[in-house]
Amino acid sequence: MKFALFTGCVSQGATRELMVSTKKAAEGLGIEFVEMKSAACCGAGVVGEKSPMLADALNARTFAIAEKQGLDLVTICSTCQGVLKKTECNLKSDPEYMKKINHILSEGGHQYDGEKSRIKHFANILATDEGMKRLRERIKRPLTGLKVAAFYGCYVLRPSKLSDFDNPDNPTGMEDIFAALGATPVYYESRTKCCGFPIVMMNKKASLDMAGNALVDAIESGADCVVTGCPLCHLNLDSYQPEIEKLLEKKYHIPILHLPQLVALALGYSPKDLDMDKHIVSTLNVKRKLQPVG
Amino acid sequence: MTTFRIKRYNPEKQPEPYYEDFQLDIPDGSTLLDCINLIKWKQDGSLTYRMSCRSAICGSCGMKVNGRAILACQRQAVSQVDKDDTVTIEPLGNMQPIKDLVVDFEPFWEKVHKVKPYLQTNEQPPEKERQQAPEQFRLIDDSSTCIMCGNCYSDCNVLEVDDNFLGPAALAKAQRFVSDSRDEKTLERVTELSEPGGIWDCTHCGECVERCPKPAEPFYRIKEIMTVALEQGVHNNNGARHALSFANSVKASGRLNENRIPVESVGIFNIKGLMDLIPIGIRMLLKRKIPPIFHKSIDDVKDVKRIFKELGQ
Ligand code: SF4
Ligand code: SF4
Ligand code: FES
Repeated sequence: MKFALFTGCVSQGATRELMVSTKKAAEGLGIEFVEMKSAACCGAGVVGEKSPMLADALNARTFAIAEKQGLDLVTICSTCQGVLKKTECNLKSDPEYMKKINHILSEGGHQYDGEKSRIKHFANILATDEGMKRLRERIKRPLTGLKVAAFYGCYVLRPSKLSDFDNPDNPTGMEDIFAALGATPVYYESRTKCCGFPIVMMNKKASLDMAGNALVDAIESGADCVVTGCPLCHLNLDSYQPEIEKLLEKKYHIPILHLPQLVALALGYSPKDLDMDKHIVSTLNVKRKLQPVG
Repeated sequence: MTTFRIKRYNPEKQPEPYYEDFQLDIPDGSTLLDCINLIKWKQDGSLTYRMSCRSAICGSCGMKVNGRAILACQRQAVSQVDKDDTVTIEPLGNMQPIKDLVVDFEPFWEKVHKVKPYLQTNEQPPEKERQQAPEQFRLIDDSSTCIMCGNCYSDCNVLEVDDNFLGPAALAKAQRFVSDSRDEKTLERVTELSEPGGIWDCTHCGECVERCPKPAEPFYRIKEIMTVALEQGVHNNNGARHALSFANSVKASGRLNENRIPVESVGIFNIKGLMDLIPIGIRMLLKRKIPPIFHKSIDDVKDVKRIFKELGQ
């Protein structure tokens, strides 16, 4: 399995542990990732607020790079995933528009064909038969006894027209992965909700209320930790957790892991290998539940 | 036999809502609304809900089915049955129930009225109609299809925590006039819509796109208003500053500069806003989660800059 890795910006910055753990998870699974070093930021939907065409041109350039590499493109961020998919849909549904965009790309030596590379989230490649088989074969430390709550991140699910993840209202992809790792998935209502991150600068109270409600729901459903497929969700749920506690006037504490961290733990990597000490909320109660690597 | 688990509420009899189970064999080809009608006609005439057209036109029969808002007349009943052979039916969310499945739409309509859902022009109307070219109409075609069913409003993630948000339906309606070539109050509109509770409070959850039974798909309409607001120079708010800072950062280096974005979003003259950033900043610093001070560019950033330039950005 070989893919072009679209890292996204946040995994290079505020959640660097995501990149570290993605590399480990890939190594453990025998997946080869070729980093797309000349791909631009997906725009997170925000560049598209300024100019939809600009966002589409930048993302089409990214697709052209993956096509040139002859590889499917993998994201490790639900937001990147959704935004790239939206561009793909905009272009593929309008041949005239695609021509226009390609004209802009051509001067930089790029050309987007539309059929030579597909966009997949890291969870997507694991949730296939092949991915699951690999997972099961390579587990060195089943996560027995660990109760894990998925937090999907809006963009891998919605709008479902753009997503090839499973049922947007009742997905099971992440939970199936947890079960394959030996962990116990926790199903709770908020798992498909929004973390609130996109408006943390515009309406902080609403943003943190959203994050807080999801955390309370996960805790009350008995989860030991929450696992996200999106570093932006991670930022709101982890980095802002001390503020959320204050706002909701409740004391709670639940570690938030990135999906590749959970996968890599089961593959035998140590919490330290995965920078789990870089989180704002301590991950100690997850560490305590880990069995020795066998 | 399928169980229809319906949330009942009649404050005249009992202050708390409760669930009641009805059993029904779903007749071939019937919609969910057909089944609810059968329950009302044959089992309990007091069951209360709104309906009219039975063909996804009037927007009356919005309700939550298995936790999500749908039009009962638009779905085959069998498609809504879960693995326990049950359909759970509740009133729409984010609005107060009045009786059973009927909710109070008053706040919904207030917000729609707030966006001035009518053409505003400076000149006297021409003798005949005000004309539009097909490509001008295309910009408002999708938002014109809204049937005011409230499904988007019911499931909006922001409205769950903040009543002040105008919400998806009102904002989709606002786009209908912001982008109307005949309307002459575009600047005033986008200025008002950029205030707290407006476009920039949308959290991009996409829930409204998922729930909308028509092509109105509010989230995309909200994005369109944002673009107009930025074009019109309405920049004095965190949302607009955030978008501009984001685009500038990608233009400069091909990627997001996470150190600049928070500061530029709250505005460098906004002392209180900047102070608010300090605790999170310190927390991130202590865990070495602050992105590198020397922001690195992507390879071949020149090409990215070229694309910006070519598109006049
Ligand atoms: S995308 Fe925006 S308007 Fe639509 S449901 Fe989400 S927060 Fe509400
Ligand atoms: S935008 Fe769609 S979901 Fe919302 S009220 Fe209109 S038709 Fe219903
Ligand atoms: S009854 Fe009119 S939309 Fe369903």
